[in-house]
Amino acid sequence: MADYSMHTVRNNNPIGKIALRWGLYVMLGIFAVFYLMPFFVMLTTSLKSLDEIRTGDLISLPREVTLDAWRTAWSGACTGIQCEGMRPYFWNSMLIAIPGVAISTLLGALNGYVVSQWKFRGANIIFSLMLFGCFIPFQVVLLPMARVLGMMGIAGTIPGLIFVHVIYGLGFTTLFFRNYYVSIPSELTKAAKVDGAGFFRIFWSIFLPLSIPIIVVTVIWQFTQIWNDFLFGVSFSQAGTQPVTVALNNIVNSTTGVKEYNVDMAAAIIAALPTLLVYVVAGKYFVRGLTAGSVKG
Amino acid sequence: MSKILEINNLFKSYGPVEILKDINVSIDQGDFLVLVGPSGCGKSTLLNCIAGLEPITSGNLSIGGQDMTTVSPKDRDIAMVFQSYALYPTMTVAKNITFGMKVRGVDQATQDEKLAYVAQQLQIEPLLKRKPGQLSGGQRQRVAMGRALVRDPKLFLFDEPLSNLDAKLRVEMRTELKALHQRLGASMVYVTHDQIEAMTLATKIVVMKGGIIQQIGTPAEIYNRPANLFVADFMGSPAMNLIPAKAVKNGIGTAIQIERNGNTPIVLSDTKNLDLPEDVILGVRPEDISDASLRANNETQEADCVIEIVEPAGADTFAVMELGGKHVTARLHSETSAKAGETQRLAFDLGKVSYFAPDTGKRLN
Repeated sequence: MADYSMHTVRNNNPIGKIALRWGLYVMLGIFAVFYLMPFFVMLTTSLKSLDEIRTGDLISLPREVTLDAWRTAWSGACTGIQCEGMRPYFWNSMLIAIPGVAISTLLGALNGYVVSQWKFRGANIIFSLMLFGCFIPFQVVLLPMARVLGMMGIAGTIPGLIFVHVIYGLGFTTLFFRNYYVSIPSELTKAAKVDGAGFFRIFWSIFLPLSIPIIVVTVIWQFTQIWNDFLFGVSFSQAGTQPVTVALNNIVNSTTGVKEYNVDMAAAIIAALPTLLVYVVAGKYFVRGLTAGSVKG
Repeated sequence: MSKILEINNLFKSYGPVEILKDINVSIDQGDFLVLVGPSGCGKSTLLNCIAGLEPITSGNLSIGGQDMTTVSPKDRDIAMVFQSYALYPTMTVAKNITFGMKVRGVDQATQDEKLAYVAQQLQIEPLLKRKPGQLSGGQRQRVAMGRALVRDPKLFLFDEPLSNLDAKLRVEMRTELKALHQRLGASMVYVTHDQIEAMTLATKIVVMKGGIIQQIGTPAEIYNRPANLFVADFMGSPAMNLIPAKAVKNGIGTAIQIERNGNTPIVLSDTKNLDLPEDVILGVRPEDISDASLRANNETQEADCVIEIVEPAGADTFAVMELGGKHVTARLHSETSAKAGETQRLAFDLGKVSYFAPDTGKRLN
């Protein structure tokens, strides 16, 4: 006991400890500022008028706050020849992302449930193949996917884009749910079988209620993927079905005289806002769910 | 009375690996069958086959006189209690217990009535609104039993249900389970690796090893007349002493010679007319070796032995010595005069010994 207290006194010089603490905070602060800097510039630029941008400093606060750029970005900016702003494309993205996330999450949950709890001959091979699907680059699937969409008659439509995202996301969602369900003791399924429950009953009554954390993780992951996707969006859409990322690109790249930095910045923030919101709302589940999969009980 | 469970020539293999070989077991209504054996002996697989959770490779199985070989678990009229309890984590205790009835479409009034009855039987009424995560191990165990009891099935299956409990609670639950069995008169199949659980609970024991049934019998039969060396060694604590010996026929019976390190052999004479080969393994339970001064029995034979270790265990004192190259344990009275390193006169009760063939391990008497 005496030995222990001496030891702690020697190692815990109060001044050294405080200095260490502060050093840590300063380091973390520097990193935080570094990461937030671009966002700060975007936000301030979007609130400035064009004149002020031209004459002022990049990182100075706006002298006069104006929301004109935001208004233009939302409903007036030109993409090519149309000048409707981000609004219609924003809704397109919603129409793609929400069903895409819902369907791929549900199917991933079912797949994970089958692969982990209803082992059949070749279950591991099928799972490995699905896992392999996670690593296939977007570019590789572009041409075959275009053919498939054409044959299905949904090329260039919003259902077509939903289909693409569901297929591409399935590997990830299956992986998430499989790894989560694999830690649930198989005795739970056995008990339910003896109790008389069938395949869907067990899934619905026992596994889904257990899955809230992993559902949150999957929803965040899929929403971010689908919302931020550009390549599929630009490849498989046509006028009227383009997602927000494509619209953002078009707004920024449409050169009609003056480059409107404030509008570009506002449009970029609008495009990023939903994913930001999802993280803020469900972020703590994300970190928790990625690391912990076990259920006690 | 028809057999409640009958298994004929059951084989089970996973690919080329045979897990269960030619299993034949049957039990009557009200029997408590315990499947016991070391890890990996196939006892849990056999239970899963009975439940229908694992398909069997060949053979047949009937429950309550009906062939159930290929029937799905839900239609076998069974209930099962698992080692990990397998309570549904998101449901309350009440929902856990009634889930089976809900799935089967039993009406609410009957569900409530049965739930109340079972909760009262197991004294878990105060827990009904809690989730499994808020229960202690013993409480979870009760709920798991409640879930089985509420179904009132033909056959109860238990898969090592007490092995996750601490020692004291395990003994309590064991007694309670036995009381429950007597009260309900239900038929039960119980898997355990704990031979004491097997002895205390069973009306019939199946000892298994390597997917093969070694012996089937009542606890007394298994304990007193083990069919082979494996059963002799596995059942009983401390284990039966298995001492290599020589059997020599003489006028009055058979002389059993046990070699001793640096000492004259012990010679015991068995007066029963036994037909033994020259080399045998003598199986003696520790309680059949006792202080010579305290024992008077026709069939006991006395010998002086050098005690190596004395282990007092409260009610008994165990004395360890070396005979025939093996450590041999004797269960002596707690007030024995035996001391480590000293010679003690001990009595061997030959009326209760077993003889085994050293090569095949089979029982000879």
